[in-house]
Amino acid sequence: MIRKFAAVCVMVLIALPAAAQIKIEEVTSEGGIKAWLVNEPSIPFIALQIAFRGGTSLDTPENLGATNLMMGLLEEGTGDMDAAAYRRATESLAANFSFDAGRDSVRISAQVLKSNADEALDLLRKAIVEPAFNAPAIERVRGQVITGLQSALEDPQAIAQKTMSEIAFGDHPYGRPSDGTIESVTALTRDDLVAAHKAALGKDHLVIGVVGDVTAAELGPMLDRLLGALPATGAPLPEKVEFAAPAGVTVVDFPSPQSVAIWAQDSDINMQHPDFMPVYVMNHILGGGGFGSRLTEEVREKRGLTYGVYSYLNWMEATQYYGGSVASGNGTIGQAIDVIRTEWARMAEEGVTEDELEKAKKYLTGSYALRFDGNSRIARILVSSQLDYFPIDYANTRNDRVNAVTVEDISRVAKENLNSDALQFVVVGQPEGVDSTQ
Amino acid sequence: MIFRALAIVCSVAIVPFAAQAETGKVTTFELDNGLKGIVIEDHRAPIVTNMVWYNVGSADEPPGMTGVAHFLEHLMFKGTDTLKPGEFSKTVKENGGVDNAFTSYDYTGYFQRVAVDRLPLMMQLEADRMRNLVLTEDEVITERNVVLEERNSRIESDPRSLFQEQRRAMTFMNHPYRNPVIGWRHEIEALNLDDAIAFYRTYYAPNNATLVVAGDVTPEQVKALAQEHFGPLEPSDNIPPRVRPQEPPHLSAVRLSFSDPRQSQPYLVRSYLAPKRQSGNQDEAAALTILSYLLGGSGLSSVLGQKLQLDQQLAVYTDAWYDSTSYDPETFGIYAMPRPGVSLEQLEAAMDTVLADFLKDGVDMEHLKRLKTQIAAEDIYELDNQSDVARTYGRAITAGLTVEDVQSWSKTLQSVTPEQVMEAAAKVLDMRKSVTGLMLTPTEEPAQ
Repeated sequence: MIRKFAAVCVMVLIALPAAAQIKIEEVTSEGGIKAWLVNEPSIPFIALQIAFRGGTSLDTPENLGATNLMMGLLEEGTGDMDAAAYRRATESLAANFSFDAGRDSVRISAQVLKSNADEALDLLRKAIVEPAFNAPAIERVRGQVITGLQSALEDPQAIAQKTMSEIAFGDHPYGRPSDGTIESVTALTRDDLVAAHKAALGKDHLVIGVVGDVTAAELGPMLDRLLGALPATGAPLPEKVEFAAPAGVTVVDFPSPQSVAIWAQDSDINMQHPDFMPVYVMNHILGGGGFGSRLTEEVREKRGLTYGVYSYLNWMEATQYYGGSVASGNGTIGQAIDVIRTEWARMAEEGVTEDELEKAKKYLTGSYALRFDGNSRIARILVSSQLDYFPIDYANTRNDRVNAVTVEDISRVAKENLNSDALQFVVVGQPEGVDSTQ
Repeated sequence: MIFRALAIVCSVAIVPFAAQAETGKVTTFELDNGLKGIVIEDHRAPIVTNMVWYNVGSADEPPGMTGVAHFLEHLMFKGTDTLKPGEFSKTVKENGGVDNAFTSYDYTGYFQRVAVDRLPLMMQLEADRMRNLVLTEDEVITERNVVLEERNSRIESDPRSLFQEQRRAMTFMNHPYRNPVIGWRHEIEALNLDDAIAFYRTYYAPNNATLVVAGDVTPEQVKALAQEHFGPLEPSDNIPPRVRPQEPPHLSAVRLSFSDPRQSQPYLVRSYLAPKRQSGNQDEAAALTILSYLLGGSGLSSVLGQKLQLDQQLAVYTDAWYDSTSYDPETFGIYAMPRPGVSLEQLEAAMDTVLADFLKDGVDMEHLKRLKTQIAAEDIYELDNQSDVARTYGRAITAGLTVEDVQSWSKTLQSVTPEQVMEAAAKVLDMRKSVTGLMLTPTEEPAQ
């Protein structure tokens, strides 16, 4: 008949330099649920990370915020247990569950003790598969979400992000507020939440990472019990979209002595792009690496204009762009922006030196192993690797790919990808000498 | 999220001996020059966390010079006799490591996480900057601007932080805990090279520091490396006794309100002066810790949450916190954010009733049992985070506690009785020792 235990399809030994070997197994349960597992028995607990692709971008204009509110309600009661009873039950088992809704995925994290793992996961199953969405819980969590939305309206960083998203993505789901608006969340009904639950938690979008005191043979049946009853398919993922913000500056008036600025330009580079690694290493040198990166040296260390300045490559399920962020006093933000533009242009023109590249490689390859520190952290990495469509042996080849990058590669990708004239800056504050371009 | 910034939740830490093979084993040593060492073994991966904790924080600053401890922390990344400015972090990076530092009221700490074979280099770097820091006027001025921007980001841009600063200044009448760690803006603006160097020469020495190393190492290895790198450093013979001005009796409840056009969400915070963990006698602090878990914690199971969020539906969030681990007595606090349409006055009255009822009715035994189950589990979960365990020890040592105090803490928590909780609650929840802060919305009238 059917095999009794989960099939282990792939097993990969990751020989991280300066790290113990991490053995990642791909487990497929009898019910067809796949997970990446690291068996680590030295501490008697299990860390699980469960993600479903889609996230809040599955919301429609009519039910903005439904996915986020739905996720906030999963631990707020199931069957005959109300929210308080459910919470007491988790506390009695000393299990830790958390539920989170992001732009591209919803995530469930769990830490359960080996000694009562079956009971704890049964409790988790009820939250995931049979949430009650009862009226008092909906009203209570709605109130908390609205409080968060209210705070975001007063947070310069959040205002900047929201403004940039609207300019760049317009009517695409990425252009809408991830957690909805006060008005939209106020209007959500129980039916919206039930629909969002069905749309967001389809098994076709499921990605799982497990690390801890559990074997592949034990994990398969565990996953079938935990997630088997979920719908086979969820809502389709959003269509691809280009980052379409025009070049220029958008100032949002906000009464604060310091301005927050974020900037971005369109980019073709995502994880699957053959130039991903050269661009990634270039970004580390330009502004991704904190101390030693050009932006930190020029804006913070030489001029004292900021506490923090970063650039980043943001790859998402349906788009990608290249940008950064900085905060500086209203009187100095203009100078900070000028320096950033100059560095952006200088990288495009000059590329990097051998010395800079050598140092970046040493850091990026040497520090990679530090990420694999702790069961819960490794479980998160297993999930994000799958969300990024990496092969299971990615960690084995990643440092070689970093080391293969040359100065010539970076010169080329910097020219192709960086355009200081194309940058859109969103500035939130009362900046002196910085004005909106339209 | 909002109140997490205010509530410093005590992380409970106990590392069981031997039982978990060697992972979790903790040993100590001391060098002849007074440097203390703590080694926390974690053999799951060949990675190490290297930390140096100095027994000096913002509460040790000279009057009028708030922010100098934190400012010096920034300047410690400049050069030494043998290292160019900025070379410290660059060297760590080139060795595949990450590094950072932190300052609080009672401590200043520096750390690196690296592959274990780079530990000797990290120790060499830390030993070097412990005694050989070199600063120039230009660097100091530029870095002062960085710190002012940090203050802009952390405090001036956030009404809740501004209010917290005001509340703390009213909470401590005499103790320097009244001053913000980052410093008052006008005093940061006046800090100079001489101030920083004087502070450095006074406090940065092996006999005022603790080395905490967590990771894939043995105690023998760490002690030998520490001897090699820190051993030759001269101890300081003029470290001032750690005696800060203490609080007089608090006889009058304090109230203050605050509003800011950027903040539309009202809330209520009350803190009470509270005793701290005493080395060798942690019972009262353990009872207060349990009290904070009973009153606060999850809004769905705590006393404040059950009454104010679930039953009466007056609050969106509630919480309680207790700062147990500090060199001088700190605070116990409670927090509540009203639902729209509920006034702060109404919420405060309801909160006072909840506290009064709790003092009358006592501890729910089922609730206490659940907490103790969670505390026991925390002994297992926390082993997963090497850096957190190292921090727990560093914080405790710089607060005047010992390794034994840290190791018996979980057991002390387990042995807390309902009577001890109620006794501690009755003593601490005393309005005369309280500061009640109301964050008003710009449209709301102050509650009188």
